[in-house]
Amino acid sequence: MPILAGKELRIVGFLCNWCSYGGADTAGVGRFTQPTDLRIIRVPCSGRIDPLFIVKTLLSGADGVLVSGCHPRDCHYTSGNLLARRRLEALKRFLPIIGVEPGRFEYTWVSASEGQRWQQVVQRFTEQVHALGPSPANAIFGACGETAQDKGGSSVAI
Amino acid sequence: MKIGVFVCHCGSNIEATVDTAAVAEAARSYPDVAFATDVMYACSEPGQDAIIDTVRGKGLDGVVVASCSPRMHEPTFRRAVERAGLNRYMLEMANIREHVSWIGKNREANTNKAAELVRLAVEKLRQDRALFPKSFEVTKRVLVIGGGVAGIQAALDCAEGGLDVVLVEKSSTIGGKMAKLDKTFPTVDCSSCILGPKMVDVSQNDKISLYAYSEIEEIGGYVGNFEVKIRKKAAYVDWSLCTGCGLCMEKCPSKKSHDAFNEGVGQTTAINIPFPQAIPKKAVIDPKFCRQFIKGKCGVCAKVCPSGAIRYDMEDEIVTEKVGAIVAATGYDLFDYTKYGEYGGGRYPDVITSLQYERLLSASGPTGGHIKRPSDGKEPKNIVFIQCVGSRDKSVDRPYCTGFCCMYTAKQAILTKDHLPESQSYVFYMDIRAPGKLYDEFTRRAMEEYGARYVRGRVSMIYPKKKEGGDVLVVRGVDTLLGQQVEVEADLVVLAVGAEAAKGSPQLAEKLRISYDKYGFFMESHVKLRPVETNTAGVYLAGSCQGPKDIPSSVGQGSAAASKVLGLFSKDKLESDPQISQVDIKRCVGCGKCIATCPFGAIKSVDFRGEPKAEVIETVCQGCGICTSTCPQGAIQLSHFTDNQILAEVNALCQS
Repeated sequence: MPILAGKELRIVGFLCNWCSYGGADTAGVGRFTQPTDLRIIRVPCSGRIDPLFIVKTLLSGADGVLVSGCHPRDCHYTSGNLLARRRLEALKRFLPIIGVEPGRFEYTWVSASEGQRWQQVVQRFTEQVHALGPSPANAIFGACGETAQDKGGSSVAI
Repeated sequence: MKIGVFVCHCGSNIEATVDTAAVAEAARSYPDVAFATDVMYACSEPGQDAIIDTVRGKGLDGVVVASCSPRMHEPTFRRAVERAGLNRYMLEMANIREHVSWIGKNREANTNKAAELVRLAVEKLRQDRALFPKSFEVTKRVLVIGGGVAGIQAALDCAEGGLDVVLVEKSSTIGGKMAKLDKTFPTVDCSSCILGPKMVDVSQNDKISLYAYSEIEEIGGYVGNFEVKIRKKAAYVDWSLCTGCGLCMEKCPSKKSHDAFNEGVGQTTAINIPFPQAIPKKAVIDPKFCRQFIKGKCGVCAKVCPSGAIRYDMEDEIVTEKVGAIVAATGYDLFDYTKYGEYGGGRYPDVITSLQYERLLSASGPTGGHIKRPSDGKEPKNIVFIQCVGSRDKSVDRPYCTGFCCMYTAKQAILTKDHLPESQSYVFYMDIRAPGKLYDEFTRRAMEEYGARYVRGRVSMIYPKKKEGGDVLVVRGVDTLLGQQVEVEADLVVLAVGAEAAKGSPQLAEKLRISYDKYGFFMESHVKLRPVETNTAGVYLAGSCQGPKDIPSSVGQGSAAASKVLGLFSKDKLESDPQISQVDIKRCVGCGKCIATCPFGAIKSVDFRGEPKAEVIETVCQGCGICTSTCPQGAIQLSHFTDNQILAEVNALCQS
């Protein structure tokens, strides 16, 4: 991946425990090489992901956010992923308003058996974020650390 | 708070591409980290002992283990910290193996990423609180879905262990695919002689309630307390009265009904009992062929039935059963052989599937055990078997090896010679896969003792040719060992079709809330170490629904699933997972949004000093957290995955 030869960017992934986190594990077990930019946060269900987490992550200095859950109709909790889809679709349209390129955010479906698919998702998204370069939100909000720290204590009051 | 960090080498799995000592060094600078070290194998006995000793010696409040996926060893390390005297939820894992060391070789980047993941775990742990499970009662009954040999074995073993079993089978008799077989490899045992007694055991065991001709409609609840709705399909015969005498079959004027049991090689009556040894031995009317249903007049069966069991106005019935565990044993279906146009399956009557051939071989089959080709009823002389039809073939989306076709083809070649000593069998194969006990010896016998000619190579096409004394099929293929084209004039062609997931498997998986792979086979919890468990507590797998299996493996897995159920029920009470939602009553405004979104109906509205408030029903909550991200007030929080905990992780990643 020549495009990624240089500096890593900061990509945060929110993955549901049952499908996509398992898919990422399967990709690891299968030794499917991926770029190292992505850091994964495990949540029980993609329906657990509050869209505000993503906004907060992007404004705190992340260059990209990837959400991945179970395929539609295949949710461990019957319908959490469909709920997530509704919310994340709305979020996608909202991102330009807060000055974030929509390309910095992506949501996908990857099941626990799809290690190879996960590799492709990570490679594609990482390349997409690298093409966009570092997030301008970094420049606006400074070295994110302080911003993130201040807001860390409170609940979702972003 | 004092946190201990243990960075695992996992032998060379992690250490080879991650500088674990440097990760431990970095961890020492993280807030609240009182101790950090790297260990060879954290999950081994010395590794766990080191964790326990350090927790006790240093008075730690929480532990971070940076090693493999928490899906692999979280329970192991939770038990370890519990043994050290901590609450089991004061543990966090950083996945630096599957998500770091195994997916990249750049040691510097990997070390950096691993250190960040440890930081993420530390920040999460700082927000963790002790959680305590509650115990709840278990319904000690088990549901077995599917009455093939795996389901039968699981049901019998569970009943033997003293459990009440509900066995649901979608067709009108149990027995599954095995009941259709004539003989079994590698012993050439008669299939119905070994399966028949087991089927009778099921019907006579008063601990097993059998729902034949029934399907699973809906599954609710959770481990220990499932509520299952079963649809009893309308058989148009009152089974409580039907004695299985078969008089209706004798008199039924509609004799061209599709014979599912005989794989369509024969025809049967519109009202029928699939085979004489069927369990339960009860008649079912097929309304697609019954004249009473098509034309509105006939009623012969109702007239002749000595017990007056016929009910043309019968409707499906839904019954509810409460069980504590579920064994899925839904088996497999055969690959649709008509997809190979070049083989002419479906167009030429003398191209049949191996299971159809099995029915021709069987004494209880439509030809009484005489091999007659479907087109003209003549005895075939040259018989060609083609292996790997819908197996190991990417072009039809079946790249996996079904695993048992090599063996049953060898068996059929042997049986063919027994039935027709003058005949000659040809087997077109890719490789012979015979890895079971006595399997390789068996295929060799087919070649050496029974003279089956094995030709290594694929068949490119089959076409009919007119000939005196009966038409033949020309099978054109290649012998890759000789490196030349071969043509065989065959009287009968048998396609060794591969197995695929049973129709409706994904739908059933959704009802069971378990995962399935891209071919529709159900996924086990761990391929090697938890082969009969699923990721949904209380749901187990047996037989080919997990992947194609031969009879010994299916029976073995049926017993294994039963032993898991018995193990689960060996306790009188189960512990509930405390990772469930909690309502902050002060913040809750009683809007009811959480109640509307909860997929399990685990939240109800209660009256609290005259105001409506949400309340979580603890045993029903599954811990998905959908309510938490729905609540506009942030009043309902999923324990162990609260907003603050997830945001702490976000901060950890965005900080450095």
